[in-house]
Amino acid sequence: MSGQVEAPALRAAAGRPRPAVRFNRRQLEPYALLAPATIFMTLFFAWPALQTLLIAFQSAQGSFTLDNFGAMARDTDFRLAVRNTLLLLVLIIPIETTIALVMAVLAQSRLFGRDVMLYIWSIPLAVSDLAAGLVWFSIFTSHGYLNSVLQDLHLIAHPVGFLDYNNLGGLVTAIVLAEVWRSMSLVMVIIMSGIQAIPPELDEAAESLGAGAWQRFWKVTLPLLKPTLQVALILRTTTAFQVFGVVLALAGSALPVLAVKSESWVTEYRNYQLAATYAILILVLSSLSTVGYLLLLRTPREVFQR
Amino acid sequence: MSARPLLVSLAALLTFACGGTPAPTGGATPTAQANVGKVEFLSSQGQAVNEAEGMRKQVLAGFNGTPDFNTSLTGGQMVPKLLAEHQASKVDVDLVGDVHGDMVPLQSAGALQDLTPLLQRLAKDRKFNPQLVAYGKLGTQKQYYIPWLQATYMMVVNKKALQYLPKGADVNSLTYDQLAQWGENIQKATGEKKIGIPAATGSRGGLLNRFVQGYLYPSYTGGEVSGFKSPGAVQAWQLMKRLWAVTNPQSTNYGFMQEPLQSGEVWVAWDHQARLIDALKNLPDQFQAVPAPSGPKGLGYMSVVAGLAIPVGAPNQKGAEALIDYLTRPDNQKKTTAVVGFFPVLTDVSVSGSDAPPGVGAEAGAAGKQTNAKKALPALLPVGLGAKDGEFNKAYFDTFTRIVLHNEDIQTVLSDEAKQLQSLLDTAKAPCWPPDPPSTGTCQVR
Repeated sequence: MSGQVEAPALRAAAGRPRPAVRFNRRQLEPYALLAPATIFMTLFFAWPALQTLLIAFQSAQGSFTLDNFGAMARDTDFRLAVRNTLLLLVLIIPIETTIALVMAVLAQSRLFGRDVMLYIWSIPLAVSDLAAGLVWFSIFTSHGYLNSVLQDLHLIAHPVGFLDYNNLGGLVTAIVLAEVWRSMSLVMVIIMSGIQAIPPELDEAAESLGAGAWQRFWKVTLPLLKPTLQVALILRTTTAFQVFGVVLALAGSALPVLAVKSESWVTEYRNYQLAATYAILILVLSSLSTVGYLLLLRTPREVFQR
Repeated sequence: MSARPLLVSLAALLTFACGGTPAPTGGATPTAQANVGKVEFLSSQGQAVNEAEGMRKQVLAGFNGTPDFNTSLTGGQMVPKLLAEHQASKVDVDLVGDVHGDMVPLQSAGALQDLTPLLQRLAKDRKFNPQLVAYGKLGTQKQYYIPWLQATYMMVVNKKALQYLPKGADVNSLTYDQLAQWGENIQKATGEKKIGIPAATGSRGGLLNRFVQGYLYPSYTGGEVSGFKSPGAVQAWQLMKRLWAVTNPQSTNYGFMQEPLQSGEVWVAWDHQARLIDALKNLPDQFQAVPAPSGPKGLGYMSVVAGLAIPVGAPNQKGAEALIDYLTRPDNQKKTTAVVGFFPVLTDVSVSGSDAPPGVGAEAGAAGKQTNAKKALPALLPVGLGAKDGEFNKAYFDTFTRIVLHNEDIQTVLSDEAKQLQSLLDTAKAPCWPPDPPSTGTCQVR
């Protein structure tokens, strides 16, 4: 557009097309493309996050205080919420990562019906967490599908209370199943992209040197997947600290977790300071886990400099 | 902001294009009165899609003006919006329809108009329930809201459960002891725990705290707050533990009891009438509405009142007053009742006859028995707590969690939570409200 607006005389005077202008435009282009996302994230993510941080250190009157953290520690069920959040996390993450890894490797193989499997596995990607919780609730509730089937088969006389408030094992199993079902396809997609990025020559070389399939997986694929696994684990662990909809749908108030506590302080008890304090605790825990993964799964730079 | 005028014109155009004559619409009905124009009506009631639609088509359609019935905000979201508009002196809401508890912070911020002259005018040709009119004064001499709708909490029972009633017990005048005994009998006979209480939390929003505040505590201590750690309260919590032992252990996941009632997981449930009505509407032969049980001090029950208020600086004052007049006319009260499942606020409008809307009639019968019980003890929703209202509810919920779910010592928990309650009452400087005896100054937990 600007080329046509430019006076021909000016161009002649310069003696050549304007390299400086073109250079500038090219330099600016990426920024222009990034700007909407940056503005969006700043306005709707960074700014509210900063405000949340401030609110956590403020009293209702707006003065600086650390009391909110003490109040959070004294809150009924605070310890239970921390314990449950961590318990769910240490169960969900290893289970879903292992399954996703197997699925991704299977999806790479030349098995018959591989594509169909891939489509079916991807379905949960489109399901929201609350919807996933409600689906599994209809299975596990005392008059749900599972109890009906077990009763029809005469395996039980009365419905089993999988989701009873005092059945910690049942509640945790149901939540872990629902969460793993919902998010393992996401982990699988990430790992699959990682596997596809590994040059096939490496695998072929190992094979020609006499390595079996198992050995090639352990010695070649898995070490080269480390950066990908790191991404998947960071992503999933931070979201597992925020586990919310599935817990709310399956357990209600029977299994307190941090994110549900934070939400209740906003919507039910209308104390924004304590809600923000819970949110900050979740942020700190997620950040710590991220740093942990970055240190534990550190990949030497040489790996990338082939 | 409103899509309604556009929709109305579109509908009219379509009818015309199809060869018909335009149907008379709400705003276009010619009457002797002048059209009052657009009225922005912000309501926390009638939020379900079918209810909002029913309000627009069945109730508001006959109004000589263009009411914009806006239910996009819950009560909790409406209050900050209205306060912000009031502070900025930029009000765009003409009429507020909300529950009593939400009117309190609005009135204390000076955001509501004095409607005493309007009430006097309206009272000439309709009989408002005087108790509800008194609520609308919010503890002052002025009328800050005109009663619009009322509701209460009660029990709905599956008729299959009636055979297990304790000997000599009348389902329409149970005591809490008999209720627990009933649950025990049901469990003995069926092997299942069939009592249900809405004890879910968070967005699932069970109303267990209202059960404790408005039913259990008044029935055992005669009040809601002052006897929080009294011997009567200890007795109440002992009963609650006994009841919980025969309550469906999934109750911590119940928000609206009409769902587990209809699925058969629960046979006897307590809840807000609007959260029970689907069971009565869908399976009227299977379910029956009954009054809440009573305790040693009487039959504690709680009423919910929704009122109509006009914000200070409302753009269409005349329109808002005309809409209040319209909504509190007997015929429109009856229509509204059918749409939202609440009760009317006029003493001469009955919803218990043969022409009562499905479910509402049955609930009105049970509510009547509750109100007219010999030892009826009406409890008010918490008054004067302002922003601390939510945390006040939490104290009751926490008490339940610790005593019943975690099996902590009753007296210890009551002492702990009483301190919490007192600190909330002190912060809000809230005097006692009925059924607690009046206090001089801030209400004290004894």
